[in-house]
Amino acid sequence: MQETYTAYLIETRSVEHTDGQSVLTDSLWRRYSEFELLRNYLLVYYPHIVVPPLPEKRAEFVWHKLSADNMDPDFVERRRIGLENFLLRIASHPILCRDKIFYLFLTQEGNWKETVNETGFQLKADSRLKALNATFRVKNPDKRFTELKHYSDELQSVISHLLRVRARVADRLYGVYKVHGNYGRVFSEWSAIEKEMGDGLQSAGHHMDVYASSIDDILEDEEHYADQLKEYLFYAEALRAVCRKHELMQYDLEMAAQDLASKKQQCEELATGTVRTFSLKGMTTKLFGQETPEQREARIKVLEEQINEGEQQLKSKNLEGREFVKNAWADIERFKEQKNRDLKEALISYAVMQISMCKKGIQIWTNAKECFSKM
Amino acid sequence: MAGGPPKALPSTGPHSLRDMPHPLAGSSSEEAVGGDSTPSPDLLMGRSFGDKDLILPNGGTPAGTSSPASSSSLLNRLQLDDDIDGETRDLFVTVDDPKKHVCTMETYITYRITTKSTRVEFDLPEYSVRRRYQDFDWLRNKLEESQPTHLIPPLPEKFVVKGVVDRFSEEFVETRRKALDKFLKRITDHPVLSFNEHFNVFLTAKDLNAYKKQGMALLTRVGESVKHVTGGYKLRTRPLEFAAIGDYLDTFALKLGTIDRIAQRIIKEEIEYLVELREYGPVYSTWSALEGELAEPLEGVSGCIGNCSTALEELTDDMTEDFLPVLREYILYSDSMKSVLKKRDQVQAEYEAKLEAVALRKEERPKVPADVEKCQDRMECFNADLKADMERWQNNKRQDFRQLLMGMADKNIQYYEKCLMAWESVIPLLQEKQEAK
Repeated sequence: MQETYTAYLIETRSVEHTDGQSVLTDSLWRRYSEFELLRNYLLVYYPHIVVPPLPEKRAEFVWHKLSADNMDPDFVERRRIGLENFLLRIASHPILCRDKIFYLFLTQEGNWKETVNETGFQLKADSRLKALNATFRVKNPDKRFTELKHYSDELQSVISHLLRVRARVADRLYGVYKVHGNYGRVFSEWSAIEKEMGDGLQSAGHHMDVYASSIDDILEDEEHYADQLKEYLFYAEALRAVCRKHELMQYDLEMAAQDLASKKQQCEELATGTVRTFSLKGMTTKLFGQETPEQREARIKVLEEQINEGEQQLKSKNLEGREFVKNAWADIERFKEQKNRDLKEALISYAVMQISMCKKGIQIWTNAKECFSKM
Repeated sequence: MAGGPPKALPSTGPHSLRDMPHPLAGSSSEEAVGGDSTPSPDLLMGRSFGDKDLILPNGGTPAGTSSPASSSSLLNRLQLDDDIDGETRDLFVTVDDPKKHVCTMETYITYRITTKSTRVEFDLPEYSVRRRYQDFDWLRNKLEESQPTHLIPPLPEKFVVKGVVDRFSEEFVETRRKALDKFLKRITDHPVLSFNEHFNVFLTAKDLNAYKKQGMALLTRVGESVKHVTGGYKLRTRPLEFAAIGDYLDTFALKLGTIDRIAQRIIKEEIEYLVELREYGPVYSTWSALEGELAEPLEGVSGCIGNCSTALEELTDDMTEDFLPVLREYILYSDSMKSVLKKRDQVQAEYEAKLEAVALRKEERPKVPADVEKCQDRMECFNADLKADMERWQNNKRQDFRQLLMGMADKNIQYYEKCLMAWESVIPLLQEKQEAK
């Protein structure tokens, strides 16, 4: 059975410094699933980075006119823009742009999938990150990350709501404009029985037709605004992932510290002979007889080894954790700046769209009014 | 009846009505088709009755002998026309100041009717009375009875069926007041109706109810009070010009009905759009509360959408209050005009029947008996009145619709201007460089 899918052409240009001309260096085809693979890889290898999101797999937040069909040309075009945006985001990221796999994505058409899989990134992936609902009793997370996670949850919620309502608003606005088209026909019919009023009515009717058809372009432009919002809706998820990673690292750290502490305790008890902590070994010893001093010495030795190991591990985990927090927070700050810039721009372009819509409306109705005045 | 038609009448060929000269225009030597030419008063003025150019239903020459009484009364009317069309107006009527009256049996609204006039028919130069809707209804019925050859303007509907309308809401009362004012003004502007006795009493009597109870038949001038002919007479063919008027009114009412439906649908869609907008704006506010640097821009957008919502609400209110009622009024108008056309047919039918009866009698010198003459007179007066009124109606209709549609365009322009202002004022806010918080 044959499968139908859409492939996207990726052309990479490098800008020559000398004359500013861009030269086409690479050109290949990729399908959506390959983009997904790239992103999953980046998520694993750069857990401290807010990885740019992919455009939606299926059309959501549609209003009635938009097709939800993945093969629909409008959807495909908007997805193409989204995918291009995704690659541009990575290319402009100070750290991600240097990644080898990303480079190969742009340059090595065949075998790229194998190359990615060979990195074994799937094994490195922490399955717990995917478990969205799992909670971890983390005692001392960095407060900033807790707040940030809360923020990303709220952001997701509010942008979803906004997109849903916007789609309904678009739907209604479409209805208002289109019904006006009916005036065009009835004015024309009416003008047929009138003498002096006829011309004015007829030409006014034409303007009503213009009005009705003007909504199509307006709403198409608005879709771009919606897409900009969607990108940040999905970015919120990426933000959340970074916070989760921190939580997990912190959790592992705390567990390791806890484990170390209990081992130390055990060791101390064995050495001094006091049993303060409950242990199964202790219980069985009581029930089935004391152990020999040699056995005790052996156990202490094992524990001391484990404690040493544990302390090393804890040290490195601590270091790792601190590194992570530092690097992640740096990227988060970068992301915040980017978000504020981008969203401000999006709002401005939205306002500009609204202004243009109002001006068009004024123009059309003024023309209609003039026709009416000649009745 | 295809006897040699006067030159202005359209042929029976397949022309669109548009190409045909207007039924009422161009019977004079003036341009029938054309831009701004209103049907010239020449049609009525300055010519004596019986001129060949006058359009008559039979298509033949007017009867040579017409009773002097009728022609002089027609001339009277013409002179009155002259005065009304001229600069000086001597009668002004206004409807305002609605007030609610609560009585044991019922609650109702009265309106103040103010009249200013220099006419001799009014004892005082100024009057102020209060009337309620049923008084207007009574007046209209009386006018229909006493002036059946004329087009009586419509009243706003008695009951409003659609939806739950509060009869005492400000909007409803104001809409009604405007319509009642229009009603009286149309009568005031009419050269014949404005002199009607009942109209006079309506404007001046302190106790209208007492007058209503009298129900006396008042003396009227010959030719003005034509008793409604209750039939038995069937008209064979409506003369072309009146048929054209009938056809016009049919199509006109149809188109208005369509426009009414479209307008209502637009308002409905706009209201649903408004509902969504009212949810949309506040979401930006909610988002703003999460943000730092973006807080003000987002709040600004929220406020902006709120302003647009308010502007939209004003638009829908205006359209409901000002646009729809006038459309409905004209639909009612054309309905009542069609029934006047039918009455006219009746009168003509009676005349033709009687004329035929005379022709069938075998006499040496057939002489048109007096009662047949009276019939003819009645018919010709009716035709003349109706044509004059149709002309007036066409003029008024044109002005009214020009005003109505320009008003609609205006309201939409104002709506967009308000929205434009809101969005333009938010741009600087969005572009502002925020201080690091």
